[in-house]
Amino acid sequence: MKFIGYVAIALLAGSLLLPAQAQDKKDPITLTNVSYDPTRELYKDVGEQFAKYYQSKTGQRVTVSNSHGGSGAQARAVLGGLKADVVTLALASDIEALEDRNLIKPGWQAKFPNNSSPYVSTIVFLVRKGNPRNVKTWNDLTRTDVSVITPNPKTSGGARWNFLAAWGFITQNGGGEKDATDFVKKLFERVPVLDTGARGSTTTFVQKKIGDVLIAWENEAILALKEEGGNLLEVVYPEQTILAEPPVAIVDKVVDQRGTRAAAEEFIKYLYTDDAQELIAKWGYRPSNAAILEKHKDTLPPFKKLFTIKDVAGSWREAQKKFFGDGGVFDQIYQPR
Amino acid sequence: MKRRNIPGFKTTMGATLAWLGVIVLIPLSSVVWTSWSLSGAEFWRIVWSPRAVAAYKLTFGAAAAAAAINAAIGLLIAWVLARYEFAGKNFMNALIDIPFALPTAVAGLTYSSLYATNGWFGRFLEPLGIHAVHSRLAVCIVLTFISLPFVVRTLQPVFEDLGTEAEEAAHSLGASRWQTFRLVIFPSILPALLTGVALAFARAVGEYGSVVFVSGNLPMKTEIAPLLIMGQLENYNFAGASAIAFVLLVASFAINGGINLLSKWSRRYE
Repeated sequence: MKFIGYVAIALLAGSLLLPAQAQDKKDPITLTNVSYDPTRELYKDVGEQFAKYYQSKTGQRVTVSNSHGGSGAQARAVLGGLKADVVTLALASDIEALEDRNLIKPGWQAKFPNNSSPYVSTIVFLVRKGNPRNVKTWNDLTRTDVSVITPNPKTSGGARWNFLAAWGFITQNGGGEKDATDFVKKLFERVPVLDTGARGSTTTFVQKKIGDVLIAWENEAILALKEEGGNLLEVVYPEQTILAEPPVAIVDKVVDQRGTRAAAEEFIKYLYTDDAQELIAKWGYRPSNAAILEKHKDTLPPFKKLFTIKDVAGSWREAQKKFFGDGGVFDQIYQPR
Repeated sequence: MKRRNIPGFKTTMGATLAWLGVIVLIPLSSVVWTSWSLSGAEFWRIVWSPRAVAAYKLTFGAAAAAAAINAAIGLLIAWVLARYEFAGKNFMNALIDIPFALPTAVAGLTYSSLYATNGWFGRFLEPLGIHAVHSRLAVCIVLTFISLPFVVRTLQPVFEDLGTEAEEAAHSLGASRWQTFRLVIFPSILPALLTGVALAFARAVGEYGSVVFVSGNLPMKTEIAPLLIMGQLENYNFAGASAIAFVLLVASFAINGGINLLSKWSRRYE
């Protein structure tokens, strides 16, 4: 009993000392950024620049360690106790899951500019060079001579954006729910492989050469083009698509425990600075800063017509339940009649 | 109680129980516990939807096919390794263990690129109309790979212990080669063979990492049950995930129990 008592006291003392040490300017602090899959390259760059910026501003040394994986799996890791100071995920609903379990305080999305999305992205088509199947619009994806690659919306955040973009294309053009369901059903009949993540689908399409069209994040398509040199693939911008807003948030419970709130807030604010916005554009995401976006209009051409998650489903919470929950629209289109 | 030569029953049994409790029993009960938060109707809707049933059929069917293939091929390999001396035997022996050591995702990636339409094998199979990737066949192939070592490793020592006396006796009494195998060798290796098959089957049922790369994951067609669990988790439906896990648990337990009974029956003359 006595021994346990000592251990408890030692632990208590330790936990009291730790935040105090973290505030000490001599000791470097570590920020953990838990992010989704395709942002590897982006946050590696941003983390290194932020470390320099923060040290020159405050004298405090900081290292950002980034963790990547499927958006949902990452959110679950944080729920399971991964000490993330900030989360930068693919879907608001994954951050809402953290809010529901009291790790993040309500109102997080209003805390930073543009719904807490330092950049936006969209969903585009990647096709073989010369566009041999002549794929131009969402309607072409249901043609029987076209084979489509997209990941599984049940396991991939990016795939949910793809699904909602296809659905929204119908409902935004006067179609009803029934028409939209029929449309996505026909579209998914054209899909021979449902990989579990966005990167997996890119590999299937680019390396294994399966399919005529890859429905992908714009940044993922730009990266794929960059890697193969533009000789084999090209990007097609559908005339109408969805505006994807991958949000960022501070994990209140963790930063208060670790005493890292100041640095975490500074990190997120840094994402909106010109330096970070340039990196964002470099890696194929659309910066929220209009001037910087304009500068990169060769790789990031202006959108034609956009709709948002609000137009399609009201909110992520509703979209999640209606489309991807148990017995939701995605389950229905695969149910045998 | 009979006095044992080596004392320490209490200590060893206590340690065993504690260890099994912490490592196996408590995690498994938490699966059951979590799935109990569902109402009966909800539980059935999740675990018995047409899509889930299709996934169970594929998971158990492909695992059974893989175990059956390994029963035949594993028997052959174990025989070769136990009975003959040849150059490169040690290397071959080490090769058998590769599926144990290799991260299964690596196996999945390798198989999917080999059997893809532009892969080394795929380019010959596709013109014949054989789709060995993104199909049920693909699931069988990777499951056969990852469960290969089990039958070989359980049979090999049995063959080595068996010796050749019984065979020679059978031969001198006028038995044909086939009779010798069927009536003398096979009955004595059958219990070990069944154990190996049970292990291979159990391993294949639980496999996720390699299958998702090769199966194509199409609902109702090539979706395996562990993927349904991942789908439930992505929706933060921990109870739903546990419900499907519970069904897999019960089914695996029942099938392994059945194989154990069979194995007991095969030892009835001992």
